[in-house]
Amino acid sequence: MNRSAFTFATLLALGVTAIGAALAPALAPALADGRRGEGHRVAPVTHQATQEECGVCHMAYPAGFLPQASWKAVMGDLENHFGENAALDEAVRADIEAYLLANAADAGGWRPRALRGVNMANPPLRISELPWFKREHDREISPRALEKAGSIANCAACHRGAERGYFEED
Amino acid sequence: MKAHLLILPALLMASPAFAADTSPAELLARYSAEAGTAADPARGRELFLANHSGGKPETPSCTTCHTDDPRAAGKARTGKAIDPLAPSANPERLTDSAKVEKWLGRNCDSVLGRACTPGEKADIVAWLSSL
Repeated sequence: MNRSAFTFATLLALGVTAIGAALAPALAPALADGRRGEGHRVAPVTHQATQEECGVCHMAYPAGFLPQASWKAVMGDLENHFGENAALDEAVRADIEAYLLANAADAGGWRPRALRGVNMANPPLRISELPWFKREHDREISPRALEKAGSIANCAACHRGAERGYFEED
Repeated sequence: MKAHLLILPALLMASPAFAADTSPAELLARYSAEAGTAADPARGRELFLANHSGGKPETPSCTTCHTDDPRAAGKARTGKAIDPLAPSANPERLTDSAKVEKWLGRNCDSVLGRACTPGEKADIVAWLSSL
C-alpha cells in the first residue's frame, strides 16, 4: 500500500466513524420511544427507590412511557392512585418524582413519536391510554389473555422481557 | 452437605431491605396498649372479611387483594402476586414495624376511607397471628 492510499483509507474510516457517531443520538430516540424500534426497547427503571416502591404493586413502568405532566400528576396524588392509597413518605416521594421527571418521554425538551396524538395540556395518567398503546393492544389481546394476566397493568404476563425494557411480542 | 452449610449463611446475608425490628407478639402488645383494651382475633377476622363502604369503590374489602385466606397468596388489582399475610405462612410478615404501619396506613384508607384505630390494628394482628 502506498502512502496516499493508506491516508485515504484512514480518512474514509474516520469519516464513517464520525457519521456513525453523529447519527447515533438521532437513532436512539426512535428506539427509545418503545414503539417503532425493531426491538420495542425502552430504558428500564434503574433508580432503586422507584424500582422498590412502584415495583411492590406493579412493574416499575419505564419513565419514558409517560410525559412529565403525567408523572407530576401521578406523583402529586398518590393517595388516590387508580383506586388505592399508595402514599409515600415525602422524601421518598420527591426522590422518585425527580427520577421520573428527569427520564420522562419529553424530558429532553423534544416530543418523541410515542407521544403523537397525545393532548399535552391534559395527557393521560395511564400508559394504557396512550394512542400507540391502544393501537398496539386493542385488537391484539384476547379476553382470555387479559384474564390470565389479571390486568392490562401486568406487562410481564405477555412481554417476558418487560422488566429489562424489552416489549417485543412473545 | 458441606455446600448447604455454606449456602445458608450466604442466603441470610443476601436478603436485603428486610428490617426485622419487631415480632407479631410485640406488635400485638404495642397496639393493645395504645388501644387500652385486649385484642380480639374474632373481631379482626370480621373486619378483614367484611365489605366496607367508606373507602374507595375499587377496594371494598381486605379480601379484594388478600383473598379470604391470609395463609394463601393474594393478588393485587394489577395482577401481581402478594405474599401471604399470616406469619405461619410467611415468617417475614409482622416483623418490620415501618412496613406494617405503611401498609395499614395505605390500606385502611383504601378500604375503610379512614385510618384504623389501634384497637383494630391489634385485632387484625391477633387474627393473622392465630392462623
